Amino acid sequence: MVRVIGFLVGLVFAGVLLISLITGFATYLKNPPAPLASTEFHKAPRPLHLASDGPFGKFDKRQLQRGFQVYSEVCSACHSMNLVSFRDLKGLGYNDAEIKKIASDWKTQVPSINPDTGEAATRKALPSDHIPAPFPNEVAARAANNNALPPDLSLITKAREGGAAYVHSLLTGYTNEVGYKNDKGEELLKKFPDAKTPENLHFNPYFANLNIAMPPPLTADGQVTYEDGTKPTVEQMSTDVAAFLVWTAEPNLESRRAAGLAVVIFLLVATVLAYLAKQQIWHGPRNYVMGETGPLDPENKAKTRAAERKAGVAGEA
Amino acid sequence: MSFSWAKPYEPKSPFMRWLDERLPLPRVVYGAIGGGYPVPRNLNYFWNFGVLAGIFLTIQIVTGIVLAMHYFATTEGAFNSVNQLIMRDVNAGWLLRYAHMNGASFFFIVTYVHIFRGLYYGSYKAPRELVWMLGLVIYLLMMATAFMGYVLPWGQMSYWGAQVITGFFSAFPIVGEPLRVWLLGGYAPDEAALTRFFSLHYLLPFVIAAVVILHIWALHIPGSGNPTGVDVKDERDTLPFHPFYTAKDGWFAGAVLLLYAVVTYFAPNYLGHPDNYIPANPLATPAHIVPEWYFWPFYAILRSFTFDFILPAKLWGVLAMFGSILLLFFLPWIDKSPIRSGNYRPMFKRFFWLLVIDVLILGYIGGAEINPFNIALGQIAAAYYFLHFLVILPLVSRFETPLPLPNSITESVLGAEAVETAPVASKKKRGGTIASATAE
Repeated sequence: MVRVIGFLVGLVFAGVLLISLITGFATYLKNPPAPLASTEFHKAPRPLHLASDGPFGKFDKRQLQRGFQVYSEVCSACHSMNLVSFRDLKGLGYNDAEIKKIASDWKTQVPSINPDTGEAATRKALPSDHIPAPFPNEVAARAANNNALPPDLSLITKAREGGAAYVHSLLTGYTNEVGYKNDKGEELLKKFPDAKTPENLHFNPYFANLNIAMPPPLTADGQVTYEDGTKPTVEQMSTDVAAFLVWTAEPNLESRRAAGLAVVIFLLVATVLAYLAKQQIWHGPRNYVMGETGPLDPENKAKTRAAERKAGVAGEA
Repeated sequence: MSFSWAKPYEPKSPFMRWLDERLPLPRVVYGAIGGGYPVPRNLNYFWNFGVLAGIFLTIQIVTGIVLAMHYFATTEGAFNSVNQLIMRDVNAGWLLRYAHMNGASFFFIVTYVHIFRGLYYGSYKAPRELVWMLGLVIYLLMMATAFMGYVLPWGQMSYWGAQVITGFFSAFPIVGEPLRVWLLGGYAPDEAALTRFFSLHYLLPFVIAAVVILHIWALHIPGSGNPTGVDVKDERDTLPFHPFYTAKDGWFAGAVLLLYAVVTYFAPNYLGHPDNYIPANPLATPAHIVPEWYFWPFYAILRSFTFDFILPAKLWGVLAMFGSILLLFFLPWIDKSPIRSGNYRPMFKRFFWLLVIDVLILGYIGGAEINPFNIALGQIAAAYYFLHFLVILPLVSRFETPLPLPNSITESVLGAEAVETAPVASKKKRGGTIASATAE
């Protein structure tokens, strides 16, 4: 009975799937899906190589500091960094005094309460504060950005497919829509004349739907002045800020890998030892029979002791 | 418990004797996973995965309890408590969280190998039907627990995954929508849903642990199966669990933990989805909503029903998805072949490997983008899944000619001549030469 019911259920499900398959195929033939500009002209991120890549990569702290400088002078005008505290910047190699200064000099102050009147007020940031957001709330952020919301950047390299390479490609990927060709050599506006970038948006083939609300943030070489003498080209600034955003998303990266290496070595040794122990134990199980007892079982120990006593050898107590 | 030659527990110290006379817990443990449990001597490495599943359940419970100490079950605080407090400020919090995240994936990996081991070697057949069904109960509980755990960080995929999965219930006519609202405690996932998911996510692992005990208990009545599927006949066929299988499980557990450590420490987000690092936003639907990888085959079955044939396509999808797991409960009665092991079933073996490929295809389709080709491939694969279990298996078990079985486990290991010379400690004679499996 179970098999008969099962048989019928199986045939019904398979039958409905067959009908779905056929109707799907018919629909496909009748009106094949139209190609989309956002799939045919989208570009995969350009490869980016950072010091922190690979299983043993370490952060380049000077690069992180440069990236932080780009963030604080450019990106932080619109983008928050809610999960990072000033004290965390120790990871970039700053000392306590420098962090204190960075915090108190930060362009946005921290909301607080006037101790005399109890009214809302602001105060200078402290190392224990999170990096203050540029806008007090989402409405203010949207109002200042053509109704677009600049995402928080703390986790951005973990929250986007492609990570740091995507960030770098996006920052440097703005281009003129007119005359833009994809890898196949097709021209966007010739193939999709309707795909013109709307007003207030900006064409960027690395962005999912090709049109991003963010205007090009890094526009000219020398937009920031690096203290360590590195030449601030757009490419360099973009790479530095991408490296910095890898750090903000994963500040424990180095200790995680260091711990991982120790764990892997430990487990390797332990596994090899356990394997050898297993080989030793399984060496003779062909003749092993459950009922037999080993030399350490109480009855055999007693026998050994009795034999030793008989032979006059001083047995263990 | 199972065989007359199982070694009884003998306390080795006065304290253990004292304890054993009052609370025979050491006796139970000895009989379950110690020297007192006789296990067929011919198990291969596929028999290691049950113990591995137990190890990962333990890892999940331990890391989960500590994570719960730092987690805030509120829609305002959940995302930051995970991504800021736990990942940045709690000592080694990143390790706890990544170990828990990837521990879930590895729990499913070893469980899937364990289930397919059961499918190939006929572990669901008499007298182990209840072992199989309790195992499926554990699997269902795991799926519920994993789903609710994925909601807790309150990222985009958490939120929209909860939206989609609880939406399954609304496919049922009349009762569906009220049921969904009742389960969620609201019209969409919100505070009420998050707090109850957290509560249940903490509860269910202990329910799983309890069912695991029943699963092992039910297994120890007939004893473990083995790759030949032939019943144990006398004590030459078995070895004590300890030290033989503790040693074998031990080193293999080390090897699998090594793999787990590599993923956890060096590619912790490889198995996850980037969108879950974006805080939940009820107003912005992600471009592609996909569940965690271990649900992909079922998600593919759900999405394969695209045509309203009498019932709405969504209801077909939901019925098929639940049906795809429920049918496994009937497997012991669907597959009537008395031969357990796929090694001696030439036709079954081919269809088994076809099923493995089929489920892998379903898994790929479930995680891939929707396009006409993927949908068609998913429909064919989903149809084969149902045909395999409900149509092909009963037919195969009727028409297949099995290969001859070995007379005994020992013979399959040592060859017929060696059996005669192998020592027998007990006075019992060997049983009949025809496997009792064929007589059923």
